[in-house]
Amino acid sequence: MNKSRKLLSGNEAIAIGAYHAGVLVATAYPGTPSTEILENLSKYRDIYAEWSTNEKVAMEVGLGASYAGVRTLVSMKHVGLNVAADPFMAAATTGIHGGLVVISADDPGIHSSQGEQDNRHFAKLARVPMLEPSDSQEAYDLIEIAYDLSEKYDTPVLFRITTRVAHSKSVVELNEKRIRKERTKHFHHDVGKYVMLPTNARNRVPNMHRRIVELTKYAESTPVNQIIDGDSKIGIISSGVSYEYAREVFPQASFLKLGMTYPLPPDLVQKFVGKVKKLFVVEELDPFLEENIKIMGVHVEGKKHLPRFGELNKSAVHHAAVQAGLSDLANPVDEVNLVKNLPGRPPLLCPGCPHSGAFFILSTIGKRAKVLDAEGRSEEETGLIITGDIGCYTLATYPPLRAMDTTACMGASIGQAIGLEKAGVSSKIAAVIGDSTFMHSGITGIVDAVYNDAKITVIILDNGTTAMTGHQDHPGSGISAQGVATEKVDIEKLVLGAGVKDVHAVNAFDVKAVRAAIRSALDNPSLSVVIVRGKCAVINRVRKNPRQIDLAKCNDCGVCVMIGCQAIQKRNDKLYIDATTCMGDECRICEQLCPKQAIAPVSGKSVGG
Amino acid sequence: MVGVGGQGIILASDILGEAALEKGLDVKKTDTLGMAQRGGSVTSHLRISQKVWSPLISPAEADILLAFEKLEAARWVNYLKPDGLAIINNLAIPPLSISLGSQKYPGDQEIIDSFKQRTKKVHLVDGSAQVALLGDTRTLNIFMLGFLSVSLPLDIDLDAWKSCLRKQLHPRILDINLRAFQKGREEASSVNLG
Repeated sequence: MNKSRKLLSGNEAIAIGAYHAGVLVATAYPGTPSTEILENLSKYRDIYAEWSTNEKVAMEVGLGASYAGVRTLVSMKHVGLNVAADPFMAAATTGIHGGLVVISADDPGIHSSQGEQDNRHFAKLARVPMLEPSDSQEAYDLIEIAYDLSEKYDTPVLFRITTRVAHSKSVVELNEKRIRKERTKHFHHDVGKYVMLPTNARNRVPNMHRRIVELTKYAESTPVNQIIDGDSKIGIISSGVSYEYAREVFPQASFLKLGMTYPLPPDLVQKFVGKVKKLFVVEELDPFLEENIKIMGVHVEGKKHLPRFGELNKSAVHHAAVQAGLSDLANPVDEVNLVKNLPGRPPLLCPGCPHSGAFFILSTIGKRAKVLDAEGRSEEETGLIITGDIGCYTLATYPPLRAMDTTACMGASIGQAIGLEKAGVSSKIAAVIGDSTFMHSGITGIVDAVYNDAKITVIILDNGTTAMTGHQDHPGSGISAQGVATEKVDIEKLVLGAGVKDVHAVNAFDVKAVRAAIRSALDNPSLSVVIVRGKCAVINRVRKNPRQIDLAKCNDCGVCVMIGCQAIQKRNDKLYIDATTCMGDECRICEQLCPKQAIAPVSGKSVGG
Repeated sequence: MVGVGGQGIILASDILGEAALEKGLDVKKTDTLGMAQRGGSVTSHLRISQKVWSPLISPAEADILLAFEKLEAARWVNYLKPDGLAIINNLAIPPLSISLGSQKYPGDQEIIDSFKQRTKKVHLVDGSAQVALLGDTRTLNIFMLGFLSVSLPLDIDLDAWKSCLRKQLHPRILDINLRAFQKGREEASSVNLG
């Protein structure tokens, strides 16, 4: 048995590969499906790893480290690169010193994101090389190549993965012999390279174009781009996880497998064209390869048959192949008639979630519960508009809470609230944002609200962690990515320092206090901030004295059900609380809300006030 | 493997993946969980062979569907291949829409009937009840893995399974899980899995 054979996710393989390639500095902001890359890198004691405040800062820290001559990794999800686009373009312009690899983890099919986008376009936009692994082995191998390319061609390298590569596990043969090379940490003063005044930038930009010409030559001969000879009738051009699907759908075909997808190798493409009768490009999302190959004057098909959005799979590729006349219909298997009206299982806030009480209260204000339909729609304005943000708490959009009216991107809740107010809507406006998201990009929004006298309420839900992505620390938690205690950024002081006059912090599990604070903030005609503070239930994990419903007292009014707590369930038309998931003493939100006092600990005694 | 967030499905599929890796086989495994920690559906695809390309299983392709919850079983029936093996834990975790009264949880017979359109080999297993008797309902995932191990055509012997469990589980919970695994095997041996 070979001991170096391991079953690794793409993200784990990238982390080990980067470590073996000698990475010394790694930065990231958590975001599915990229989070585990930095989580894994942070375990190595001989590198510096940080959760940055946001992706833009991560890129800037990464660029600084690269200028010092060390190999650096910056990772983020696809939309993170939007946030980091400014320093990313700057890095592409100045070039690097120590190898700089930027990982973009795209999310085709939107498993856990606010949108879908194909970040391969960023490589072309920034004129930087792009590598795309198909599985964990390639992720491990390509990372080292990425660093060599970065340093040889004085450029950041875009390393693009997708959810299915990041989160799938496959077998990796590790090269344990790889030794981390010591690098000199040294900043060379070079104003012409590092100071992008227009005069200097004008000199750097031609370099970006020249390096693409050089990289095109590299792309022709690199083993990461290869022709796999098969039947000459069909030639498939593919990359990333799409290649894996295509290999199964076209077991006999010839393949041009591209590990480097920008710049493309025109001669290699022409050589492949000469070998096969019909060409088909199999790629997820946009026709990126297809369009860039068509520019070479080659006639290819792809997106005429393949979907332009959503995640690919074998069935989708096979369906397209049949449509393109490249494959026969498989023997059909009759679809099973599913049980009719199968209930869905949308994710919900956890039992004991500190956000539940605040959202329940918000859901009862301004006639929201009456005016909004089941989908959260209404032509008529309710008395309260709730602009939302990105985190677990976005789940409060779902029934029964329906307590969110907008969610766009990280930090947008505050700006949107200001815009609604300045446009002159008649309702009150509350922006709801989590603590990590507030640090990420809510601070500039608050400053804008102070500066422009916005008459809104900002509710900061502070659960002390970046919960959605798996509980990473952040500036407000006071612990670094590598577990070191650090200065805790104080949200109250920060908000007060920005000039907000009306700031209140309340215990998330004290329903009366939360209600009073939100009511009073909404009644304030100028800017107000409420910080609702309570530990994330998944981190807390303390379960004591689960509650139960006394059916003799319960009149089935349904208030407790409207909290949206997973532990409150119905069996044979009778409400009950699931004792294995109820957080009991730590939460007590349902107990405080029950108008009939029918909810009490299983032991029969209530604890606390 | 399908079920609900919190049932330990990912760990169970990790252990199976490692066991197959130890056998020298190629393994690909992919989990779709979205925001599963928060009670959503969880699906883990495992493909094991001499050489595996796609990590995702296509409809009508799975040799075995191991379901930790009945509603989730019903949702994934189309992924089972004709005459494939379905092992379903006899447990209902009603989603919130049931408590809100807007939807109804399907009956056992309805679920079995939908499976019968594709296979005769459908087994409703009292896994949750069995592990409750053992004293720890959190061992359901390892019970289900034990049940599955009897019908897996991978020639992994009991010692190999145990060594895998030892590697993957914390020593504090190893003993009860080894018992759950054994219990699952016994349960599987007592029924005809076809």
